[in-house]
Formats: sequence, C-alpha cells, structure tokens
Amino acid sequence: MTVIDNTNDQLEQAFQSKVDAELKIEPKDWMPDGYRKTLVRQMSQHAHSEVVGMLPEGNWLTRAPSLKRKAILMAKIQDEGGHGLYLYSAAETLGVSRDEMYEQLHTGKAKYSSIFNYPTLNWADIGAIGWLVDGAAITNQIALCRCSYGPYARAMVKVCKEESFHQRQGYEIMINMANGTKEQKEMAQDAINRWWWPSLMMFGPHDKNSDHSSQSMKWKIKRTSNDELRQRFVDATVPQAKFLGLEVPDDKLAWNEEKQSYDWGEIDWDEFRNVVAGNGLCNRERLQTRRDAHEGGKWVRDAALAYAEKQKKRAAEKHAA
Amino acid sequence: MTENEMHFEYLLRLGDNCAILGQRLAEWCGKAPVLEEELALMNVGLDLIGQARLLLDHAGKVEGAGRDEDKLAFFRDTQEWRNLLLIEQPNGDFAKTMARQMFFDCFQYLQFEALLDSSDKTLSEIAAKSLKEITYHRRHSTNWVIRLGDGTEESHEKMQAAIDELWGFVPEMFDMDEVEDAMVAAGIGADVNALRPRWDEMINSILEEATLKRPEDTWSVRGSRVGKHSEHLGFLLAEMQFLPRAYPDAKW
Repeated sequence: MTVIDNTNDQLEQAFQSKVDAELKIEPKDWMPDGYRKTLVRQMSQHAHSEVVGMLPEGNWLTRAPSLKRKAILMAKIQDEGGHGLYLYSAAETLGVSRDEMYEQLHTGKAKYSSIFNYPTLNWADIGAIGWLVDGAAITNQIALCRCSYGPYARAMVKVCKEESFHQRQGYEIMINMANGTKEQKEMAQDAINRWWWPSLMMFGPHDKNSDHSSQSMKWKIKRTSNDELRQRFVDATVPQAKFLGLEVPDDKLAWNEEKQSYDWGEIDWDEFRNVVAGNGLCNRERLQTRRDAHEGGKWVRDAALAYAEKQKKRAAEKHAA
Repeated sequence: MTENEMHFEYLLRLGDNCAILGQRLAEWCGKAPVLEEELALMNVGLDLIGQARLLLDHAGKVEGAGRDEDKLAFFRDTQEWRNLLLIEQPNGDFAKTMARQMFFDCFQYLQFEALLDSSDKTLSEIAAKSLKEITYHRRHSTNWVIRLGDGTEESHEKMQAAIDELWGFVPEMFDMDEVEDAMVAAGIGADVNALRPRWDEMINSILEEATLKRPEDTWSVRGSRVGKHSEHLGFLLAEMQFLPRAYPDAKW
C-alpha cells in the first residue's frame, strides 16, 4: 500500500511541478482525480451553457427586425453551437462521453450558466446579451486561454476570437437602439436594467465564498479570481454604457480616483442562489426544451446509427464477395 | 404587365423562396435532434437568408420604386408574397423538414444552374454564388432522406409519410405562366418546365436508395404565383414582420 501511495505522491508532485512551470497537461498525462473531476464539471458546464444559451437568442431569431440582423444572429447562434461541440469534444478527452454529459444536464445534475434562465423580452436584449453577457464571458475566457489543461486552453483561444466578434455585434445593436427612436431607447434602457446585475453574477460568488477557487488556482485551471475578473468587467463596461447614453442600474456606482477603478453596489446574492438552485423564471422551461429536443430527436439518431450499421455490413459483404 | 414588372415579379419568386425557407429553418433553433444538426440547419438557413437578401435587393432595384430588401421582406402581406406553397409548409417533424428541403434543394439546384446563363448579369452572379451553397444543401438533405428512409422501421414510416404529405406541392414548382415564359424569352429566366425530367431522375434515384416509394400523382395544389397561399404563411409573416411593422420609423 505504501508503495502505491508513494508512487501517487510522486506523480502528483511531478504533475504540480509541470503545472507550476506553465507546461500544459495533455489528455494522456497522469492527473489527480480531483483535477479531472473539476475539469469535467467546468468544461461540461461551459459546453451546456453554449447550447442552452442558443435558446434565449433563438427566441428572437424568427422576429429579427431586418434580414441582415437575422443573418448575423443566425451566424452567432451557429457559432455557439460550434463552441458547444468543441467543448464537449475537449471534455471527452477526459474520459466522459457526450451522452453522459447530456444525461447530467437533463437530470439537473450538471449546471449551465444561470444567465440563460433570464428571459429575452425585447430586441435590445439581443444587443445586451452580445454586449454584456458575451462581454462577461470573454473576460472569463481570456483568462482560461492560459488554463493548464491543453485541450481546454486551445478551445478557449478559438472561442474567444468568435466571442469578441459577437460582443462587437451586440454593442452595435445597442448603438442603433440607443440612438434610435424614443421607443428604441426605452428598449435599450430596459435591457441594461434587466441584464446588468445578472451579468455581474456570471463571475460567481465572492472569492471568500467560492468553494472551488483556491484548489483551481493552484492547478491553474483558474488563473484570476472571480472578484478581480468582475472588477475588470465593470471597469471596461461602464464607459461603454456612458457612450451609449444609458444608465447603469446601480446608484452606488462611482469612479474611485485613488484605486483608478469603479466602486459599485452589492449583488443580490439571494437572487443569485435562487436562480442557481433552479428557481429562476426560465430554468424549468430551458431544461424542458433541451430534454424535448433530445428525446424528440432519438428516432433520428437511432435511424442514423441503424443506417451506418447497414452500410458497414453492406461494405463488408461486398468486400467478402 | 410590362417586361420590367415581370422581371421584378420573377426575382420576387426566386427571393421569396429563400426568405421563407430561411425563416422556417430558423424555427428549428434549439430543437434539432442532434447538436451537429443544429449547426447544419442554421447554416443552411443562413445561406438562404443571404440569398434572399441578394435577390430581394436586386428585385428592389429592378422595380425602381425605392424598396430595399427589408421593405420587401417586412412590408408585404401574404397576397404579395411569391414563394412556392411547398416552402411555407410548417416544419413538422425532422422527416418532413428534410423532405421539403430535398424537394426544394434539387429544384433550386437545377434552376440556379440554368440561371448561370441569365442575361441579367446580377442574377447570374447571384446564381453562381448560391450554387456552391445549394450543392451542400442538396447533399445534406439527400443524405438525411436516405438515412431516415433506410434507417429504422420508425424512421422509414415517418420519411414515407413526409414524402407523401408534400408530394402534391411538387407540380407547382415546374409550372410556366406568362411571367416565366416572358423571362425565358428575354434570356433572363430558366425554363423550369424543362427541368422536370432531371428533377424526377434525381428524386427517383434518392427514393430508390432510401427504399421509399414514389407517390402516385393523385393530387396537386397551386396558387402562390398569384398570391393565393396556404393559411400557414400569414402566421409566419405575423411573427417575422412584427417589429418593423410595430415601429416603422425605427432603424435597427
């Protein structure tokens, strides 16, 4: 027993020094169970977020107000599905199948980003999602490009490029709305009112309350703390809101000359916990839509498998003959 | 109708097919049977919306009344739309969506191939660009019809039901009328009636490989060329056109 423990210790030490030396961990390398589990949880959650995130935007796809806007939104949603695909594939390198990950999503065991449990109620929401939600996501994901797990870090590089394009498109919608008719301005303000705080919640709990943070930092899965990322996002985004002439819905928001960044109010953590627990307006509906699509598509997937099987058999028979 | 009016009308027929089918595919968002297919349906839809934009933009210029792609897409009511009845039929299940798509992809492929020689330079350029996309669309829908037809018993039944359900919408695609005749005579349009034998050949070979039966020609419906649509188009437009109609002064 001692021998095995020693070996494990040595492996773990070698692993940690590799991480400390900023070398990437690859799928076939030895890794601690906790590292693997943390990554599977985080990467599958990220993949699920991309896929569930298609729903609030899809809600406006059939009502996009111009053909150009419809085309841009379709391309964006397609990108998100693509991000879901590479993230599922990257997670599969850790020995978990896409079906298992779906199962965890559909039974509520795996989470996805809570932001997608808020409804999209007017067209400016599509701009706000691109600007604020993708903006917050990028702030997180840029840090993840340096994550110690190779497949995840590489997926993030590609994802970030596309996300920053989405963010610009979202902001461009906001520019049009904020400079448009009286009704459009109202839609834009209404959108920031509803999306501001949930976007700040995307960075997770305060560092002092974050369960997974310190171990993840040590493993370099996480490179920057929740609070630091959130501050970066606020500092970058408030001037953009000012440029639009929109009011940020936080009466405590003020520039702090000394620390050269913004001070701001407190997140409603009860709401945060409530939505994470599954009790937001759209949680049940989003999950049900995913379940219905999966269950409703079973006959199609079965048919594709059956056909592939038949083709294989036919090829073998032809080969034999 | 003057030749210019017929030219405009002809371009609407082409562009409206793309706009409405793109809209139908957008309805699949988040509901596809598998993630890869989520991407494929959005991809095909995106191509179609792109084609619609080019064709409607061109139509607006030919008309010369100052209507752009969005004026044409968002401010015409059902009786002014010229898409085929087939195109506006609801998505139904995945088999029905693929049957509709395959019928149209094969048709559009042949039609746009013929339009490469159009004397309308812009139209022939749009056809050339679109043909690359349609080649992929056709392969995608054809492969699904074959997989579903020759997949499981359940998928075979669903696929056959979808083919049967939409078969009566096929003849309208190949109808000639005053506009089609005039456009062929002017060297602008494609003779769709002449495309039918090749379309039949394509479809027969797909159906055979898919172990599906070609339905009997017992019924057919028509009307889109003169703006007589099915009940479904009105709801599709109500959803699609709502924002620009509710806020006509807004720029988006």
